[in-house]
Amino acid sequence: MVVEEKVRRSLRGAQGRPDVTTERAAIGGGEAVLFARGLTKVYRMGEVDVVALRGIDVELFRGEFVVLLGASGSGKSTLLNILGGLDVPTSGEVRYCDHDLSAAAESTLTRYRREHVGFVFQFYNLIPSLTARENVALVTDIAEAPIAPEDALSLVGLAERMDHFPSELSGGEQQRVAIARAIAKRPDLVLCDEPTGALDYRTGQIVLEVLSRVNRELGATTAVITHNAPIAQMADRIIEMSDGRIRSVRENAAKLSPADLRW
Amino acid sequence: MTALFRKLLRDLLRMRGQAVTIAIVVACGIGSFVTLRSAYRSLLGARDTYYESSRFGDVFAQAKRAPESVAARIEAVPGVAVVETRLVEPVMIPIEGLAEPATGRLVTLPANGNPRLNAPYIRKGRMVEPGRPDEALILETFATAHHLEPGAKVPVVINGVLRQIHVVGVALSPEYVIAVSGAQGFAPDHLRFAVLWMDRDVVAAAFDLKGSFDDVSVRLQPGARSAEVRDRIDAILKPYGGYGAVDRSRQPSSFFVDSELLQLESYATIAPAIFLGVAAFLVNVVLSRLVHLQRPQIATLKALGYNDREIAVHYLSIVLVVVAAGSLLGVALGAWLGRGMLGLYQRYYHFPRFDYRLDADVVGVGVSVSVVAAMLGGLTVVWRAVRLPAAEAMKPDAPPTYRRSLLERMGITRLLGGSALMVLREMTRRPLRTLLSCTGIAFGVAVVVVGFYTRGALDVIVDLQFEQAQREDLTVSFVRPVDGRVSRELAQLPGVLRVESERVVPVRVRKGPRFRETTITGLSRDADLRRIVEWPRRIVEVPEEGVLLSAALARVLDVGVGDSVVVEVLEGDRRSREVRVAALANEMFGLGVYMSLPSLQGLLGGAPAVSVALLTVDARSEPQLDARLKRLPVVAGVARRREIIAQFERQSAESMNVTSVILTIFGCVIAVAVVYNNARIALSMRGRDLASLRVLGFTRQEISSVLLGELGAHVALALVPGMYLGKLLASTMMSATDQETYRMPAVVTPDVYALAVGVTIAAAVASAFVVRRQLDHLDLVGVLKARE
Ligand SMILES: Nc1ncnc2c1ncn2[C@@H]1O[C@H](COP(=O)(O)OP(=O)(O)OP(=O)(O)O)[C@@H](O)[C@H]1O
Ligand SMILES: [Mg+2]
Repeated sequence: MVVEEKVRRSLRGAQGRPDVTTERAAIGGGEAVLFARGLTKVYRMGEVDVVALRGIDVELFRGEFVVLLGASGSGKSTLLNILGGLDVPTSGEVRYCDHDLSAAAESTLTRYRREHVGFVFQFYNLIPSLTARENVALVTDIAEAPIAPEDALSLVGLAERMDHFPSELSGGEQQRVAIARAIAKRPDLVLCDEPTGALDYRTGQIVLEVLSRVNRELGATTAVITHNAPIAQMADRIIEMSDGRIRSVRENAAKLSPADLRW
Repeated sequence: MTALFRKLLRDLLRMRGQAVTIAIVVACGIGSFVTLRSAYRSLLGARDTYYESSRFGDVFAQAKRAPESVAARIEAVPGVAVVETRLVEPVMIPIEGLAEPATGRLVTLPANGNPRLNAPYIRKGRMVEPGRPDEALILETFATAHHLEPGAKVPVVINGVLRQIHVVGVALSPEYVIAVSGAQGFAPDHLRFAVLWMDRDVVAAAFDLKGSFDDVSVRLQPGARSAEVRDRIDAILKPYGGYGAVDRSRQPSSFFVDSELLQLESYATIAPAIFLGVAAFLVNVVLSRLVHLQRPQIATLKALGYNDREIAVHYLSIVLVVVAAGSLLGVALGAWLGRGMLGLYQRYYHFPRFDYRLDADVVGVGVSVSVVAAMLGGLTVVWRAVRLPAAEAMKPDAPPTYRRSLLERMGITRLLGGSALMVLREMTRRPLRTLLSCTGIAFGVAVVVVGFYTRGALDVIVDLQFEQAQREDLTVSFVRPVDGRVSRELAQLPGVLRVESERVVPVRVRKGPRFRETTITGLSRDADLRRIVEWPRRIVEVPEEGVLLSAALARVLDVGVGDSVVVEVLEGDRRSREVRVAALANEMFGLGVYMSLPSLQGLLGGAPAVSVALLTVDARSEPQLDARLKRLPVVAGVARRREIIAQFERQSAESMNVTSVILTIFGCVIAVAVVYNNARIALSMRGRDLASLRVLGFTRQEISSVLLGELGAHVALALVPGMYLGKLLASTMMSATDQETYRMPAVVTPDVYALAVGVTIAAAVASAFVVRRQLDHLDLVGVLKARE
């Protein structure tokens, strides 16, 4: 598709990133963009302390696609929120490249989210009073060198629905708008909390397809939380959590394309 | 246009009903401020310009008769810049068309026609030519009331001699901006009060006052102390029968103008404060709802990297847009009403130039105060929005906690139906909201009460004055005091049922430097047609000895029962006597003084006489009697009670109607805005519950009774406090008005309360109707599908 080609070129050209494929080869021994050590998170609920994270060591490498698995309540969202600068840990250290996020002020975190992170939420979280295009523009308005909202929407296959309001879009379409919104700023990190949670199998697949393509073509480090173990098969690495700890991290040798996933 | 700005516009569009009502409340706030402030500035401007250009005096003093040489001694007083002496004499004008002759002042002009102080401003015609014995300028209000143009001839009684005076010019004067004599009357009576300016030599000859003056005006040097100068003048004039110098602020016309200014100033604070308070409340309620509904959106914006400032600005901008719209409307409204108000003033205050001025700073202050008020209303809410942690707000709200209320636990609610229970729970769950909402509605009720209050109070005055105090049908005044026989003769006339008589004498009542000109009425102790009635309604007996003062006059003179005052009779041999104050009566009108007929006779000396006869007559023969009495040579005039009442009501209704209509509209605006916004918010908060009920098979009727029941309860709770608040506001505002001409009793009549309640309920029903329609179109699927 012409638009996509244009987007792809503009992406590489604009920021002078190294070619994605060459970088991909570097994963494993590659450069850690996000780096966390000894993360804990305790929520005080009146008299009781709820310990959500009990000492997490983790890193995310440039350009990789990671899937986070784990039972409900195991701390996945908590971890993702901390990595994305939505929240701060109770103790431990988080670093994004050279920036310490664990002790950062709210304004630093805001700048970090604004410049580097794209979020995709389970409930899409589109602004209902804005059209698809305007929802994306919300991000491009404040980003430094964004993709045009139209191009971002083309990338997720919604070129035809740009002027529709969220209420006029299906769940899958809304989630794709959310993805377009997350990637339009050309983020270094795309963090998704159960992006297919509210979607049926077929629609979920389309959304995953888009995420995988964005990961490939923009080279953004992507982390996806899911309850569906089979989805892990499309990841470069799979991190499994239970009870606030990381139980296992494994590399996925036989990476499947989303179209081949079954759940 | 940024996406966030588009969101702002769409949000506004979505809540347009609420935005518009808030904008209108803001508009009323700014509008009332701009109206009253611009009227204030215009009046002030007209006053200051005129006082300056006409060289209005700073200090005024009268004496019985002082040689002209005394003027130089006054001029020598430190602080005195200019001195102008003259003669000011009482005159009567038995002009065609009046039952009693008009009274007035004859003021002298110096030979060059151009007084150094208090220069009359000639509107039409020309200045009096020196030495012409029959030429006069005449006060414009009187000229207009009697259609007198330059060239007209007017009969004037000057020192007991009737003369035909040739009107050469029509003039205004800084001393008579509002045409009051300082004596009786509740409002300027343009028909019956005249001022004539004539050549000094002519007047001096007529009153045998050549080489003397009895009135002096003084202009002070900048920074001079008026009180010190007045003391010196008093000392100088004492041997010549000085009456005590007064400051410009006590000069009757100036006093009226100043008290109007004072009143405008206080209204200009109270009215906008109420509106802006209500606006702040509405902004708070509506914005908190909006922010609450948009929690997920705020969190999303934060997650996307919008910082606290951008989010705060976004929500405050919504408020700003509403305030901006309200301001625009308010300033326009204020300019229009202000201009209208000035038009009204033009009928009462007579300045040569009366320009409407709308100063930029008035608009500026009005708008900024509104912005500040609205921002105060919105600030806590926006603060909460900004404080929302980005991560936590991702989750939908926990279900609100409901508790069993005290009433429920007492088992009272078992008597209520299901929807009443829901209403009760909702109200007790948010007691502060309920309280604020009731307060808002109560202010609506209060403003309407204030609007109608004066009308009700006037009814009370009319009742006191004309039903209780002046009960005669015809008032016959005699050309000169006559003896009691005349009354008995009047009683013989066919159709006359009863005759009483009294003596009315013009006097100046004085205590130290304070004095007022008024009349003493001598009543016989068995008088039944003319009684002294005070508020709260009570008939006061006239004391056997001493004088009875109206409470207002006692306040002016700062005297109480047991003190003594000096009464200077302003007719006959002008004797003056010290008299003891025997009683006070809280009359609503004027500055009355009463004595028993025998003790007044004693004061006046000479043979007993009466000057007025009071008649009750057979209604059918009233017109014939009126005509017949007027033909009697001894009768100066006949006044009919019905006409007096009609005139009083006409005069007061004119100025009050405008105010009460405006206040009523304002009150309705507040009531509608509060009720409507509450209803909308209730609908938004409960839409989901109500839709669920509908899905469960409840009828529209049933679900609207839940929602509208709550509104009804708020309105019901607000009514009584609102009435009380209205009474409070009314008496506060009344105390800022001039107390000397007439006093409003601090009473709100039942019909005023009824009207205010009716208006508020009508406003509530209208907004309920709008909400009900929205409820009927409740999108069941949409409401249930939405996340909230
Ligand atoms: N704001 C909060 N306050 C208190 N406890 C919290 C809060 N957020 C999360 N928790 C608790 O922390 C633990 C981890 O929660 P988290 O949301 O990270 O789990 P999760 O793995 O994302 O679960 P799910 O798959 O259900 O989304 C849970 O026990 C949860 O109850
Ligand atoms: Mg989760």
